[in-house]
Amino acid sequence: MPTNVMPPLKAEARDLSFHYGEVRALKNINMPIYDKKVTALIGPSGCGKSTYLRSFNRMHDLYPGNRYEGEIRFYPDNTNLLSPDVDPIEVRMRVGMVFQKPNPFPKSIYENVAYGLRVRGEKNRRDLDGKVEQALRGAAIWDEVKDRLQDLATNLSGGQQQRLCIARALATDPELLLFDEPTSALDPIATGAIEELVHELKQRVTILIVTHNMQQAARVSDYTAYMYLGEMIEFGKTDDIFIKPQDKRTEDYITGRMG
Amino acid sequence: MSDSIHVSRQFDEDLSGLRTHVLEMGGLVEAQIRAAVEAYATGETGIVKDIVENDHRVNDFEKIIDDETIHVVARRQPTASDLRLVMGVTKIVTDLERIGDEAKKIAKGARRVHEQGMLQIPRATDVRHVADEAVVMLRQALDSFARLDSALADAVIHADAKVDAEFKAIVRQLITYMMEDPRTISTAIDIVWIGRSIERIGDHAKNIAEHVIYIAEGRDIRHSGKEE
Repeated sequence: MPTNVMPPLKAEARDLSFHYGEVRALKNINMPIYDKKVTALIGPSGCGKSTYLRSFNRMHDLYPGNRYEGEIRFYPDNTNLLSPDVDPIEVRMRVGMVFQKPNPFPKSIYENVAYGLRVRGEKNRRDLDGKVEQALRGAAIWDEVKDRLQDLATNLSGGQQQRLCIARALATDPELLLFDEPTSALDPIATGAIEELVHELKQRVTILIVTHNMQQAARVSDYTAYMYLGEMIEFGKTDDIFIKPQDKRTEDYITGRMG
Repeated sequence: MSDSIHVSRQFDEDLSGLRTHVLEMGGLVEAQIRAAVEAYATGETGIVKDIVENDHRVNDFEKIIDDETIHVVARRQPTASDLRLVMGVTKIVTDLERIGDEAKKIAKGARRVHEQGMLQIPRATDVRHVADEAVVMLRQALDSFARLDSALADAVIHADAKVDAEFKAIVRQLITYMMEDPRTISTAIDIVWIGRSIERIGDHAKNIAEHVIYIAEGRDIRHSGKEE
């Protein structure tokens, strides 16, 4: 039965704008990210959805000339993730990211997952072992790799590499996971495994996912936001967006019409 | 609903083919009712056989359109207004097929009534009148589908109460005839069944109008209680 009670917030964009030098890539975005829910960002190429996603773990800090306006509030502590006082490394411990193309480090499976923990200063071997196993189990890949943890991660299949990257992101126990088109390089079976994993992960972590595959957004997400030319056009429950969108631009995009 | 065209022209053609077939089926069903009511009103029951035969064409339409619908779902994964259209069409087609069955029942009933030769007793003109109203409801429901006109669909929904009331009035009057002269019972009961079929046609037209509102606006107004 439909209910209008909103879940608690994990994060919230408030009047968020972003500039690549002179180019304004995001325009006054206001959007809730609900706790332990999956929110999908859809929109045509160049609409700003990846730019928006990356703002959440301060990836834009890596390049000079980039500039944020507005805030991303992170709860329950009500931190502004974009505040210059907030250490981007600390943000990335709390906000993990998984990319389009699996990008394991050219190290062993074990070291890939342990990496973030070591950065954080974790040294105790037994603790590391436990957390690596937990992360690999969380990413539904433990049974496939438990007997070859010292093998090179780059020898895994594409789907396994992507799940390893998810395990690597999970190892630091993040509160929010960002997925940037996580299955566009994978076959349908590996894609299905990742989607199933997303469904399991939302029991304990909030997920924000960019996808070009609208059916994927419809399958995995609880909420969907449609972005166009750097603006948030429509945000709503995924069922509402895919059955009865309010904005004609959303309707045209998801039904495959020319605006 | 958006008036823009799909990037995939084939998708547009699939959907417009679906719409056209629903309207063709609706036209056929409407002709069936008209012919059946004509047979009842005029006593020219030679056409009954054709009506019964034609019902196969109605049933074939149902199968063809259902097949096209599942094809669109499998290949296009329609969303939003396209999804509502496809789902609405499957429901509209079910109602049209049942209207076709009612037309067949009216035609057979007309033949029985005239074979008994008792029509001069009760209510021939009343039945025809309410039948005309039900046919108008059906045609307007189909027009509202063709244009996705919610206001017209709304008018159809409201018209159903009138058809229901007229059917009840016919039944009441037939009961008085039957009480006065039990020889009319057999014919009167046949006429009640014909009236009942017409009343059901009104219900199905109302259902179609409700599906049209869902397709056009995404609003599910079934069982909202006003008419019940």
